[in-house]
Amino acid sequence: MKLPLSWLKDYMNIDGIDNAEYMHKMTMSGSIVEGIENPADEFKNVVTGKILKIEKHPDADKLVVCQVDVGEEAPIQIVTGAKNVFEGAIVPVAKHKSCLPGGVKITKGKLRGVESFGMMCSTDELGISEERATGILILPDDTAIGEDVTKTLGLDESVAEFEITSNRPDCMSIIGLARETAATFGREFTVPTALFETNNEDVSEYASAEIKDDELCSRFVGRVVKNVKIAPSPEWMQRRLKACGIRAINNVVDITNYIMLEYGQPMHAYDLDNVEGRKIIVRHAEENEKLETLDDQPRVLNESMIVISDEKRAIGVAGVMGGANSEVTDNTTTVLFESACFNAAAVRRGAKSLGMRTDASALFEKGLDSENCLNAINRACQLMVELGAGEVVGGYIDVYPKKKVQTVLPFEPEKMNDFLGMDISEQEMTDILATLDFEVKDGKVYVPTFRGDIEGMADIAEEVARIYGYDRIPTTMMRGEVVAGGKTPKQRLADIVRDELAGSGLYEIITYSFIDPKENSLVNIPADDTRNNFVRITNPLGEESSVMRTDLISSMMKTLRTNYARRNAEAALFELGTIFTPVEGEQLPDETVNIAIGMYGNCDFYDIKGIVEGMLNRVGISNYEFKADTTNPTFHAGRCAEVTIGGKKLGTVGQISPKVCDNFKIDAEVYVAILDFELIAEKFTFDTHCKDLPKFPAVTRDIAVTVNKSVPVGEIVKIIKGQNADILESCELFDIYEGVQVGKDKKSVAYSITFRASDKTLTDDDVNPVMDKILKDLELKLDAQLR
Amino acid sequence: MKEKLNKIKSMADEAFASSHTLESLEELRVKFLGKKGELTAVMKGMGALSPDERPVMGQLANEVRDYIGEKLEETKKALQAAAEEKKIREETIDVTIPGKCPKKGAKHPLTQVLDDLKDIFIGMGFSIAEGPEVELDYYNFEALNIPKDHPARDTQDTFYIDENVVLRTQTSPMQIRTMEKQKPPIRVLAPGRVYRSDAVDATHSPVFHQVEGLVVDKGITMADLKGTLETFVHKLYGEETRLRFRPHHFPFTEPSAEVDISCFNCGGKGCNICKGEGWIEILGCGMVHPKVLKNCNIDPDIYSGFAFGIGLERVAQFRYDVKDMRMYYENDMRFLSQF
Repeated sequence: MKLPLSWLKDYMNIDGIDNAEYMHKMTMSGSIVEGIENPADEFKNVVTGKILKIEKHPDADKLVVCQVDVGEEAPIQIVTGAKNVFEGAIVPVAKHKSCLPGGVKITKGKLRGVESFGMMCSTDELGISEERATGILILPDDTAIGEDVTKTLGLDESVAEFEITSNRPDCMSIIGLARETAATFGREFTVPTALFETNNEDVSEYASAEIKDDELCSRFVGRVVKNVKIAPSPEWMQRRLKACGIRAINNVVDITNYIMLEYGQPMHAYDLDNVEGRKIIVRHAEENEKLETLDDQPRVLNESMIVISDEKRAIGVAGVMGGANSEVTDNTTTVLFESACFNAAAVRRGAKSLGMRTDASALFEKGLDSENCLNAINRACQLMVELGAGEVVGGYIDVYPKKKVQTVLPFEPEKMNDFLGMDISEQEMTDILATLDFEVKDGKVYVPTFRGDIEGMADIAEEVARIYGYDRIPTTMMRGEVVAGGKTPKQRLADIVRDELAGSGLYEIITYSFIDPKENSLVNIPADDTRNNFVRITNPLGEESSVMRTDLISSMMKTLRTNYARRNAEAALFELGTIFTPVEGEQLPDETVNIAIGMYGNCDFYDIKGIVEGMLNRVGISNYEFKADTTNPTFHAGRCAEVTIGGKKLGTVGQISPKVCDNFKIDAEVYVAILDFELIAEKFTFDTHCKDLPKFPAVTRDIAVTVNKSVPVGEIVKIIKGQNADILESCELFDIYEGVQVGKDKKSVAYSITFRASDKTLTDDDVNPVMDKILKDLELKLDAQLR
Repeated sequence: MKEKLNKIKSMADEAFASSHTLESLEELRVKFLGKKGELTAVMKGMGALSPDERPVMGQLANEVRDYIGEKLEETKKALQAAAEEKKIREETIDVTIPGKCPKKGAKHPLTQVLDDLKDIFIGMGFSIAEGPEVELDYYNFEALNIPKDHPARDTQDTFYIDENVVLRTQTSPMQIRTMEKQKPPIRVLAPGRVYRSDAVDATHSPVFHQVEGLVVDKGITMADLKGTLETFVHKLYGEETRLRFRPHHFPFTEPSAEVDISCFNCGGKGCNICKGEGWIEILGCGMVHPKVLKNCNIDPDIYSGFAFGIGLERVAQFRYDVKDMRMYYENDMRFLSQF
């Protein structure tokens, strides 16, 4: 919302308030000023000048050479191609080293060999018209010479740009902002009553109105002006409209726009002679009803919209835009003004489905005050009379099926102080509220009808607090019951997992939770996999972000790809991310957290496996198991393990298949682990019980056995640990050897096995039987031979 | 005998002087003091002496033995010290060669900042709450006093799954879920991802993070809200940081405010980071709207509360000087390894 600051003077005194102070105080009382601009700031060295003499250019038929008096000692010479200049004309002159809007700089130069010390300006060059002008702007004869043109044209006008929040449609008006300004600066504020003459006729002789459905329109006010003389509106009005970003059209249209700005009440003017039956009907649109709007666009309407129609056809989309068929034209002689209050939601839906958000619809959709309709239309008629644009017919149409009821709330100063943590006196509250047109009387607050946002004590407290000053509210610490805060065990677990993974040399990543549904096939997830059952976004930014991910793997692969494509020699990453699985019969999907680990460059399977093991050990999980998984199509069939905890699947660790790497254009061995954080959360424990330190020495035996290459070492460990021997303390793999010495298809595996008893020093007699049993079992079950 | 002893003494002096290793020194010890050594041999002749001479010679022999013993120790110490010095000299390394770092990793900068926020609020008695990202329209809008047809619900802002399900556009639905589950006193911090259908650029992302705070209890005031947020800002940005509460509008709080902090870069004088204003907006807050409390079956006549929402990316941006929001989600190792 734009506010030319000088417009405020119509309702209040703004002397002595500078722009910086205005901006700050208004912002601090709740009307956010985004900035104050002055079009004059774009001008430099542009003055009025009188053309003294015009001569032909010696070398160019289309140019003339003018001597222009710009109020200096001697006239300056300017060459121009404009046709409309004449001796004695007063024109705007951009002198040597001058600036014009749009960053245009003018300096002296030569045109076909003749020196020119500046430029005479047209309206578009001065930025006061958007259309290209045909000639130089000729100023009135009585214009002073050598005057700054911004002063002459009234361009020296500071305009404040406000960000108005959606709860304050009343501030989408000059009057509303003036009221806020007055309250903020503690000054008097009055809106003059619109007084004007009408003729002796009655409006009922000219037109009538009907609302078909009270829900659509709470009030419709109409007035008729006859003997209309369509003409341009006066310059002061055009200037205000322009300052607010509205183009001037003609006096009638400009008045409706002027009222919309001033009162925040959108208006419309119909050519009454083109309203069939001279009757206005507010009704639902018919399905597929057609209407050409003012912007000459054919529109197809639907039942959710409100139309204004006459007895035969639609003549406007209510609250959005009028129809071309009843538009005010140069030939219009009788005008029907409309000032109505349409249903906010219906206007919003209509504007949205037509894809045409107009200034009017933006106001209506926030909910307007039906009590404002009559004041606005009266002010419009007052202007019509003032401008000599027509004769106002007596009386007005007022269909008002839902009379606005004023909100009356209890006045509770004590409660408000308790709520705010302040101590503002009752009188001061009353005074503040009065500046905002709230009346406090007999323990009650009478809320002005334009404040639809005020519904209770909290709302009134806000009004008091913001004018009193938020900065004057003290800062206190909460009292009352002490609450034990903190994190849940699962939240602590997530912290520990992150710390552990970061400590293992991984960097945490955060990726988008929506993906392209095609990504699953890029990571070779089979078409019939349940992970292709997605939560879909109905209005995604694009197909590439249209479904919620069901697996973290493609997000990880994309991130590795980014790093690889940017020539980062290695990457080691992890993410704790949510995956989304639709649940049959439930509105909301299942949201579970997974852990993804991904790395390439200077790493192998055992690095990533070690990281996973380290993390599980850190959170007290030791009964995990890695089993070769040759069937997971995302992974290398020979370098992939399924991880389980107590038989439940925790996830997969392995090298990504070369095919998938190709899909992501990564020419390196990529290792990824995807783990179910929820299962870790189910199994973890922070319970640690300290064991006594051993008192007796350990006995260590090293063994090396030869087995078939295909035997996983995990099987050997199982047999060693599977001995039901209390004295077996630990076993550690220290060598795997393949080569000629052990024979083809064989390998040698060496373990160091440690025995210890808690009550004595072990002897060979204690250890040998266990070792014998181990070797026997290894031979029996795995065909292992002692080397 | 006396001569013999004196000769042994002078022999020993000579021998020690020319002994340069601990091994040769040991040999000398055996030679002079050992059971079969020179001194023992002389002492064996003691029996042949007269009773008068015996004590005199005995004393002299002891003196010689002590002398040799001391001399031996002295020489040994000197040799040991020399050996040690040599070893140290030989083992000397270049301490300016870079150290061996264990492989480095780190949490994402957003996680690190969030950890700090959590710590600050946990210190004030807050718990950490969580909630779904795919959320019911009711929780995301309706219960927060944003009815259907409210301008804030335009499709250009919200991702819809279906008519009643959205990707949450704010962390505020967790306020409702918390109040439905838990009766006052409530003090929770609810961080999470939120979604808005904004195209990606340097300052926008369709996915970003908010941290929601909610307090509900008897006698909670707007002054308490100011005090709590002031404590938070002072802990995060330093005691000298000033706060400014500006009136604003959110449908689920009343009164509502936006909070600016004095620019950390220029201290409030105005610079390019604060766009010359001296203030930087960091969060929105307000007193929980009575309708919202009612929606959760909490009686607004008995209880009051406040809520606030902080943009995590923004907090991190100011802390780490991250100029382009896309960096958070591209996850380039060269970016991540800076934190």
